[in-house]
Amino acid sequence: MSPNVVALTYLVASVLFILALKGLSGPTTARRGNRFGIAGMALAVLTTLLITRRVDLTLGALTIGGAIGWLVARRVQMTQMPELVAAMHSLVGLAAVLIAIAVVNNPMSFGIENPLPAGNRVELFIGTFVGAMTFSGSIIAFGKLAGLGKFSRLFSSAPVVFASQHFVNLAIAIAMIVFGIAFVTAAPDGLWTPFIVMTAIAFVLGVLIIIPIGGADMPVVISMLNSYSGWAASGIGFSLNNPLLIVAGSLVGSSGAILSYIMCKAMNRSFISVILGGFGGAEGAAASTEQKAVKSGSAEDVAFLLGNAERVIIIPGYGLAVARAQHAVKEMAQKLIAKGVSVRYAIHPVAGRMPGHMNVLLAEAEVPYDQVQEMEDINGDFGAADIAFVLGANDVVNPLAEQKGSPIYGMPILEAHKAHTVVVNKRSMASGYAGIDNPLFYMDKTMMVFGDAKKVVEDIVKAIE
Amino acid sequence: MPHGVVVDPLITNLMVFVLAIFVGYHVVWHVTPALHTPLMSVTNAISSVIVVGAILAAGAGGVNRGTLLGAAAVALVAINTFGGFLVTERMLEMFKKKDRKERE
Repeated sequence: MSPNVVALTYLVASVLFILALKGLSGPTTARRGNRFGIAGMALAVLTTLLITRRVDLTLGALTIGGAIGWLVARRVQMTQMPELVAAMHSLVGLAAVLIAIAVVNNPMSFGIENPLPAGNRVELFIGTFVGAMTFSGSIIAFGKLAGLGKFSRLFSSAPVVFASQHFVNLAIAIAMIVFGIAFVTAAPDGLWTPFIVMTAIAFVLGVLIIIPIGGADMPVVISMLNSYSGWAASGIGFSLNNPLLIVAGSLVGSSGAILSYIMCKAMNRSFISVILGGFGGAEGAAASTEQKAVKSGSAEDVAFLLGNAERVIIIPGYGLAVARAQHAVKEMAQKLIAKGVSVRYAIHPVAGRMPGHMNVLLAEAEVPYDQVQEMEDINGDFGAADIAFVLGANDVVNPLAEQKGSPIYGMPILEAHKAHTVVVNKRSMASGYAGIDNPLFYMDKTMMVFGDAKKVVEDIVKAIE
Repeated sequence: MPHGVVVDPLITNLMVFVLAIFVGYHVVWHVTPALHTPLMSVTNAISSVIVVGAILAAGAGGVNRGTLLGAAAVALVAINTFGGFLVTERMLEMFKKKDRKERE
C-alpha cells in the first residue's frame, strides 16, 4: 500500500472517530456513534497490519488482549465502571511508554532516522512522561476506587498529605525535565540512561499527584486521567509522525478536559484546588464530635409515609451504588406508582464515582428514562414534593452549601430540604466525603433510616401493601 | 510559501493537533450528562488507537527486543480496544431497553 493510501485511510478513520464522539453526545445517536468508533478502529488496525512486515506476533497479541477485553466487558458490574475505566486509562499510558521504548530501541522500524533527531526526541520525551504519569496515576486512582486502601496507604480514599508536598512534587517535576533535556541532548549511544531515569521519575510523579486527592474528587480525577490518556496518544502520534494518533488523542484529550471542567463546576471546586488535593477526610472528625438529636424511623414508617404521599423524589447517591440497591429501588418505585404516587429521580452531576455513573446504574435497573431528571430540571419541584427520599447521598443535599463561610459554599445542591418531609437512608451518622456535618439530618421534618440501602429498601417494598 | 521549501512535519502535525482539539471541544461540549459514562468509555476505546504504533513496532520483522515490546503493547491496549467498545455497547443497550419499554 502506498503511503498516500495509508494516510487517506487514516483520514477516514479520524473522521469516523469524530462522528463517534458526535453520536455519543445525544441519546438517540449514541449507539450509532459507538458503531462509527468501532469502524474507525477496525479500519486503522487493518490498514496498519497491511503495511507491516510480519503479522503473526501482532495477531497473537490482538487475540490475547481482545479476549481479555471481551471477557472484562461482559463480566464487569456497572457499579465497577469507574475502576474499569481507571484500569483502561493505565493501559493506554503503559502502551505509550512501551512504544516509546521501542522507538528508542530501533527508530528505523517506525521510519524514523537513526540516530534519533533531536526534534523526535523532544516529542518522545513528552509522549513518554505523559504516558508514564497516566499509567501510575491511574493505578492509584484504580486502587482508591476499588477500595484497596487496606493493602496500602497509597490507595486510601482519604487524601495522603505530607509536609511541603507541593514543593517536593515541583522539585521532582524539575528533575524529570532536566533528565528529559539530557535525553534530547545526549550522544546517540548515551540515550538509554537519561531516558530510563526520566521515565522512572515520571512514574513516581504520577503516583504523587494522585495520592493527595480525596475520594470526593474521584469524578474529577477520572476525567482528568481520561484527558491525559488522550494527550499521551497524541504525544506518541507526534513522535511517530502519525496524524491519526494525533487527531484521536486530541479528541480524547479535549473530551476528558471538558468532563473535568463540568465535574469541577458541579462541585464548585477550581481545577487547581482539586489537583493540589488534600480536600476531605482530615477535618471530618472534629465536626462529628458534637452530638445532636436526630429523629430516626423504621422501614415500616417510611413505607407508610411513601404510601400516603402524592409526589416523591428519590435522590440516589453513591451509598445506593455500593449497596447495589438500584434494582430494589426500582421495585419500590413501581409499587408506589401502582398506588398512584408520582415518583421521580433527581440526579446530581457528581452522584456516583464517575461522571454520569448514576444514570448508568438506574439504566441497568431499567428505570424509565422519563423518571430520571437532572439537577437543573428538578430543583424547582422540591417545594411541591411531599417526600424527598435521600438514598446514600450526603454532600450533594447539604444545605450548608448555601451558607457563606462553609467549606462547600457555592456547590450546587439538590434542594431536598425544601420538600415537605425528608427521609434519609444512611449506614451511620458519619460525614460525607467533604468531611462536614449535614444540617439536613437534624431538621424537624427529617426522618433518618439507618442501615444498608438495599436491606432498607427491600424492607420498605415488603411493607408497602 | 516559496517553491521547493518543505514545511517541517512538526508544523503540519501541530496544525492537525490544534484543529482536532477545537473539533473535540465543539463536538463534546453539549453532551448530555446522562451519557457521561458511555462517553468516557468510548473515548477510552478511541485512545487505544495508540495500538497503531504498537502494531508498527510488533511487525517490524524478526523476533527481537523491539518487536516483543511492540507485541506486549498490542496485547495490553487491545484490552481497551475490544473492552472499551463492547462495554459502551452494553451500557447503551441498557438505555435502549428502557426506550423500547416506554414506547410499548
